[in-house]
Amino acid sequence: MDKVIVAENLSLAYSSDETIIKKVNFSINSGEFVFVTGASGSGKSTLLKSLYGALKPKEGSLVVGGVELKGVSSKKLNFLRKHIGIVFQDYKLVKEWTIEKNIMLPLIISGYDKTVTQNQVDSLLKHVRLKHQAGKYPLELSGGEQQRVAMARALAHNPILILADEPTGNLDEYSSQLIWNLLEGANQQLKTTVIVVTHHIPETMTIDYKHFHIEYGEIHAVN
Amino acid sequence: MQSIKNHLSLVVALLSILFSIQIFTIVDRSIEAYKEKLAMNYSMVVVSQKNLKTKELRKQHKLISYLEKLSPDSIIKKLDTGMSAKNIDFLKLTLPKFYKIKLTHFPTPSELEKLKKSILQIKGVKKIESFETTHNTTYKLLLLFKTVISTFSFAMIVVTVLLIFKELRIWQFKHNERMNIMGLFGAPVWLRSAVLFRLSIVDAFIASILGFVMFSIISSNKWVLDQFKTIGIEVVIFDPIFDFLFLLVIAVIVSILLATFIVLGHKEEV
Ligand SMILES: Nc1ncnc2c1ncn2[C@@H]1O[C@H](COP(=O)(O)OP(=O)(O)OP(=O)(O)O)[C@@H](O)[C@H]1O
Ligand SMILES: [Mg+2]
Repeated sequence: MDKVIVAENLSLAYSSDETIIKKVNFSINSGEFVFVTGASGSGKSTLLKSLYGALKPKEGSLVVGGVELKGVSSKKLNFLRKHIGIVFQDYKLVKEWTIEKNIMLPLIISGYDKTVTQNQVDSLLKHVRLKHQAGKYPLELSGGEQQRVAMARALAHNPILILADEPTGNLDEYSSQLIWNLLEGANQQLKTTVIVVTHHIPETMTIDYKHFHIEYGEIHAVN
Repeated sequence: MQSIKNHLSLVVALLSILFSIQIFTIVDRSIEAYKEKLAMNYSMVVVSQKNLKTKELRKQHKLISYLEKLSPDSIIKKLDTGMSAKNIDFLKLTLPKFYKIKLTHFPTPSELEKLKKSILQIKGVKKIESFETTHNTTYKLLLLFKTVISTFSFAMIVVTVLLIFKELRIWQFKHNERMNIMGLFGAPVWLRSAVLFRLSIVDAFIASILGFVMFSIISSNKWVLDQFKTIGIEVVIFDPIFDFLFLLVIAVIVSILLATFIVLGHKEEV
């Protein structure tokens, strides 16, 4: 099996005096569905940041999609990021753009033509039940709706890897289920590797998944 | 509403810079026009034993426009105490020749000094009267006026630039957020900053067009035109093609410079 992510002796830190993740080893295969749990402040978001190259490894090595992220060039990193879909804990939507344009962003960056982009965005808006809000701006939406926009944007360019940081954190039962279905669908139909940070693994999961738990800077496989 | 606010701060700043520049241009043109007017009224008087020719003098001094021979009749009239015609003719021959020299433009004191010296070196030239004190006072007044206006325009530009730098941090923050998000999805730096450059070029155009409208109104204002009439000069207050293009180029350069500052100051947050 192809490995999408390989971490060896990986340490992560924001400053020299505090190491958040300490010398961990793990790997994730292509097409796997992975849950990451852990207490608040344990380093879940930190780990995700390292996976999309926003936080460079302090020690050890981290290879994502065949790209070594330690000392990676910005050109290589941009290339890698075009194949990753991210749902941020704080959404990170562009405030001065409409919902529609926000979802288009990864497609614009990859240079898709207008019709393809428009069709893709229309279908995603339908999936996240936001068709009627397309022309609105992020701040005119509720937190849950913004989260669904972020989800649609992460799926837009059919990435090989989806990183989602508490994608159902702000959602009601119905919307949460919608998100899980979308993530499962991407994983099952498109063989997308999915890594989800969450506090609760949904009981409705019908597919096989891996579960990592972070504690005291270490990562344990739970099952 | 949001989009108007986005543009307003940069447009106002650019407009204020363009305004200072155009005011400076108008003052500069007025002073040049006034200098020309002064040159037309200004002349030197040269007393020479020999005949002087415009052509020869102009070869040596570009500053000289033409010579005008002053008729000695008026001087002779004063001496006329019943002299015979023959004596008068004789007197006319022995009397030195008087010339009025007109200049192409109003000279600086040093230009005047140089010109005087070299004319005095010409064989036959006895004396030269340049009405120096009047000339120097007028010249100094012009210079003072120009300095005051230049300083004023310069101060206005400096204040505007300081204001822009204060605003720059706000813009930087605002644009940084979008550029960051674009970066997280793999947009190269040129694409991240494209929006910013487009926005600032649009603002440069808006500011130039507003400047165009403003100066078109000013240059057709009766009160303004009357002021220039009073001084007796004609000045192009605002050339709708050249001045507009000049202001546009300045505005585009300034806004591109600002956008570049923002891009260079762009940092990816962790
Ligand atoms: N940008 C940052 N600069 C410095 N320290 C940071 C930064 N972001 C997070 N930290 C620190 O790193 C540690 C782990 O933070 P992280 O955000 O990864 O936690 P988390 O597991 O995602 O928590 P939560 O469940 O609350 O989102 C915390 O102690 C936090 O204070
Ligand atoms: Mg977190």
